[in-house]
Amino acid sequence: MTDSKVFPAHKVPAVRAAGAARREHVGRLLQQHGALIVLVAVVIVGSFAFDFFATAGNAASVVVSSSFLAVIALGMTFVIISGGIDLSVGSLFALGGVLAAYGSQAGVVVALLLPLTVCGTVGLVQGLIIARTGMAPFIVTLAGLLGVRGLMLAISDEGATTYLVKDTAFARLGQGELFGLTYPVYIAAVLALLCMLLLQRTGFGQNVFAIGGSEHAASLMGVPVVRTKVLVYLMSGLLAGLAGALNAARLSSGVTILGIGLELDVIAAVVIGGTLLTGGAGSVTGTVSGVLLLGVIQSLINQVGDLTSSFQQVVSGGFLALVVIAQRLLSKAQRIT
Amino acid sequence: MTDTTTTAALPRVDRARLFTWLQEYGVYAAVLTLLLLNVLFTPRFLEVANFRTQLLQVTPIVIVSLGMALVIGTQGIDLSVGSVMALSAAMVVLYLGYGVLPALLVALVAGAAVGAAGGSLVAYVGVQPIVATLALLVGVRGLANVLVPQLMEFRNPDLIALGSSSLAGVPIIVIIAAALTLVMAFLVRRTTFGRQVVAIGGNRTASELSGLPVKRVLLTVYMISGVLAALAGVLATARLQASDPTSLGLFIELSAITAVVVGGTPLAGGRIRVLSTVMGALLMQLLSATLIKHNLPQSWTQMVQAVIILAAVYVTRERGAR
Repeated sequence: MTDSKVFPAHKVPAVRAAGAARREHVGRLLQQHGALIVLVAVVIVGSFAFDFFATAGNAASVVVSSSFLAVIALGMTFVIISGGIDLSVGSLFALGGVLAAYGSQAGVVVALLLPLTVCGTVGLVQGLIIARTGMAPFIVTLAGLLGVRGLMLAISDEGATTYLVKDTAFARLGQGELFGLTYPVYIAAVLALLCMLLLQRTGFGQNVFAIGGSEHAASLMGVPVVRTKVLVYLMSGLLAGLAGALNAARLSSGVTILGIGLELDVIAAVVIGGTLLTGGAGSVTGTVSGVLLLGVIQSLINQVGDLTSSFQQVVSGGFLALVVIAQRLLSKAQRIT
Repeated sequence: MTDTTTTAALPRVDRARLFTWLQEYGVYAAVLTLLLLNVLFTPRFLEVANFRTQLLQVTPIVIVSLGMALVIGTQGIDLSVGSVMALSAAMVVLYLGYGVLPALLVALVAGAAVGAAGGSLVAYVGVQPIVATLALLVGVRGLANVLVPQLMEFRNPDLIALGSSSLAGVPIIVIIAAALTLVMAFLVRRTTFGRQVVAIGGNRTASELSGLPVKRVLLTVYMISGVLAALAGVLATARLQASDPTSLGLFIELSAITAVVVGGTPLAGGRIRVLSTVMGALLMQLLSATLIKHNLPQSWTQMVQAVIILAAVYVTRERGAR
């Protein structure tokens, strides 16, 4: 996981038969858009099978509840494409919420700036440690997970104090509606669009892909490895803090027990979306599909009769396993040709 | 060893040698220092009851981290251990009607099965250990909750005895953990299997080329981790006198990884330090107990733990596979 020695499948030497090329093309298409295809299939089947499913209200609730996960998953997508991982996002989400609620006593600007500054700093420090010392991202952000949760407890009297959001302007940011959808949905959508452009159309995005493909090769090519890695973790921290702040606005309070284990949901969504954990390949659209797919599955399971939410975990886990097996087989098929 | 100690004491400290010394003996030094500080400054620290409590609390982490050390030695990681504990807790109460021994066996087999699933994904399909076991973490916890949806108490005297009785003043659970530690140390140092595990962690390609049964060894390693986690789940359940799949073993994977890392086992694989891993677990337990006894809040414990993890990995980072 630290520095992957597996070369991306699509960089295999070029001479091959047309059939093999087509097979590879289909393989890559499945890899990139598998989550979207499954999402469409699940939605179609769900709509025919259940009356409640294809209603506007249900669709809106899925989208609204997915938007917070989506914001965090955007940052995680960059981290994972660069060959890293960020386990601290769940704690940062909680910290962001508490800080936003605390800051909202001083108005909407502070309510947004305070969590962004602190969570961004945490991301920045983690990125600096990872990029400068070469320590494994898994461990550095694991320490972040613990340390940030501790920090959050320290500022909330060991979780005993729940700050309430009194500022109505800030609360409206999380609760206000436009065309039946709350503001966070639009914020998440805009951010997704920006991230897509950043990843696909800028030098920074290219650098992220290059580092994830092979960090050594990237540094030989003159890619600013340290700077790019630091920026990636900074982004992840900022987005996790923002998601926490938006969620605090939605709930009108900074709840201290939120976000426990959230990093795993986020990683699952990103991987289901077709981003390789080995780094070097992935997409924002895939991540968004992955987040929505998890949301749709949850909504189906919540509403089908007497199934408990435990079933959702079983399905998510099974689905994640299927996806990684499929990814592995697809990339094998591409390499053999 | 003597000359490294003097080097560390010299004013012109050789960084590389200091770090090597820290990796080798740092965790022992830290445990000793902390014990000494506690003896001096913590009232009623030396009471037997206190030691019993501390040891009982740390036992599940020790047992789980033994398996984790083996997995990390192969350059892998096993995130599923906490969920396996929950599954075995569910299994053991569901099959308690057939007697303790059959129920225990079923729970251990369940753990082995989860380990086999993770191990096959890693060894035969080639999935990264972190994702393979992440899928199991999510799925197996769900399965355990489906099987036993809420806290389930039991009255089986044999299982309760397993959790609460002692031999010569030492709780049976602690004796089991100590015995497992010795077995694991023997397995790693003195058996062919142990050498194969270390070799695979050091260089998988070379191991494959030299004809080691790499896939089979990897599968076995994850199965051992699963069985140990299941055993930890049964013992914890026996102690609680209730099966609690919702919260049993939650985040124990993080504690186990911490214990292994703080014990100086490099994440890059190729080296397994069994006794130091146990010391790592004891250090973290002692640390949080110390802070709590001195009325420092939970938040401090977590922040100090974070610093210790970072320091441990910083010290071991470049001396990975040797």
